[in-house]
Amino acid sequence: MKRIGWIAGLMGTGMAWAGVLPALAEDAASQATASAVSAVNTGDTAWVLVSTALVMLMTIPGLALFYGGLVRKKNVLSVLMQCFFLMCAVSLQWVIFGYSLSFGPDVKGLLGNLDWAFLKNVGLEPNADYAGTIPHQAFMIFQMMFAVITPGLIIGAFAERMKFSAFVVFMLLWSTIVYDPVCHWVWGVGGFVRKMGALDFAGGTVVHINAGVAALVAALVLGRRLGHPHKLSPPHNLPFAVMGAALLWFGWYGFNAGSALGANGLAANAFVVTHVASAVAGLSWALMDMAFNRRMTVLGLISGAVAGLVAITPAAGFVNLGGAIGIGLGAGVICYLFVSFVKEKLGYDDALDAFGVHCVGGIWGALATGLWATTAVNSAGANGLFYGNPAQFIIQVKAVAITVVYSGVVSFVLLKLVDRLIGLRATEQSERIGLDLTDHRETGYTMLD
Amino acid sequence: MKYIIAIVQPDRMDEVLERLTDKNINLVTVTSVMGRGRQGGIAQVYRSHKEAGNLLKKTKLEIAVNDDFVKPTIEAITGGARTGEVGDGKIFVLDLAECIRIRTGETGGEAIG
Repeated sequence: MKRIGWIAGLMGTGMAWAGVLPALAEDAASQATASAVSAVNTGDTAWVLVSTALVMLMTIPGLALFYGGLVRKKNVLSVLMQCFFLMCAVSLQWVIFGYSLSFGPDVKGLLGNLDWAFLKNVGLEPNADYAGTIPHQAFMIFQMMFAVITPGLIIGAFAERMKFSAFVVFMLLWSTIVYDPVCHWVWGVGGFVRKMGALDFAGGTVVHINAGVAALVAALVLGRRLGHPHKLSPPHNLPFAVMGAALLWFGWYGFNAGSALGANGLAANAFVVTHVASAVAGLSWALMDMAFNRRMTVLGLISGAVAGLVAITPAAGFVNLGGAIGIGLGAGVICYLFVSFVKEKLGYDDALDAFGVHCVGGIWGALATGLWATTAVNSAGANGLFYGNPAQFIIQVKAVAITVVYSGVVSFVLLKLVDRLIGLRATEQSERIGLDLTDHRETGYTMLD
Repeated sequence: MKYIIAIVQPDRMDEVLERLTDKNINLVTVTSVMGRGRQGGIAQVYRSHKEAGNLLKKTKLEIAVNDDFVKPTIEAITGGARTGEVGDGKIFVLDLAECIRIRTGETGGEAIG
């Protein structure tokens, strides 16, 4: 009976919303007809919509397969589930209030207000503050995919041991209290980091450092997996991970080149440097592997490529080929050293190296943007240290520090809060049996036919 | 010569292997198996359709030993695999009629170690 009541309540709420929605839709439609759709550029709009779909592909199945392949087979579904769940949950959060908090009218440089909740005032006309040639809703949904993948990246740190219910609560809180404000600071009109002049083309601070720091904190708060580090837990399906990494690379063209928000030269520049940085980073990680282990490994090559994509993200719209090669090389070498040696020394269990790749690679990329940025690529950007403007490097350092501190502190508080409320960690028995069966009552693979 | 078969919880395998190594018992064959004993399984649900969880994943170890190694082997397995919960597994000890090392043609106790 209790369950039926619960379902009826849910449906009732749904219908109440449905009553509100036609009014909102009318609002958007009337806006569209009011001023002729002259400012919308078809090429730009097409490219941003395609890019949106590409970034969507990065989370599911890209990231899902990348992480899913790296865990043990008893936990493969739990990881795929978490990625897919975020796609559903954060998408809804975004249209209800997330977009408004991130990009809505500024309140003291800290947060957007709720004027754009339920996409009110977010119509089919361009919003010149963000993207003057595409429908505002196209910009909104492009940004939605970033809001979805960012918490997804954190999954790598707490994989194989976090309770699903705790995951759901933590992620909704994190998206709202960490992602939305940081997104506003860096990208929102009036955001204080943006006003400092920090360069972040496609999300080095907002996405990668933000998620990477939260990942480290999550790994520390949750503690190590059972048996770690004594017992290795080798990836159960590396071909999955390779497929996932390849899809991430593919989707990243949308992430970075799409961030030009138009089908133009800047998009082409971002596309080229993204590709080159990823290629160089894959090779440099593989060479490090060769130097230290005498073999190039598959996991090494794909990890390097992902690290390169992370690092070029903030820089993609500001650097040229030389910058791309430098950033890619640094990403492969620095992330390799971090994941292989520093992590081991420190002893925390970041299961799939979400911190080692996304935060370390992200910080490198954000700082490197302050080295290699040049106005020859993007007149709206700035010159970096190598082009005679050391001040930009300092600004980049500040932007990184602000993100690290805010995400670190607030993620810690949220994790502790959820731990107090419902407990973060799966029981020891669930962890032994595997989260697929204990949290979802399913198994990824059958042993007998 | 005895042939020892042990069914243990999959996550205890590393501990068991380590203890076997400590006692100088290095030759062992391991397989993933499914089975059922007193421990109840966990029911799986696919699109609301429940599948009774009859069979559980276990790990099977097979070890051929000379008689004086039987006791240490059993100690190592029980020590490594026991959690006190239902489902810790069982050990079976069988007489072994013959053992031949393929490379050299040695037989019996010589071939085992």
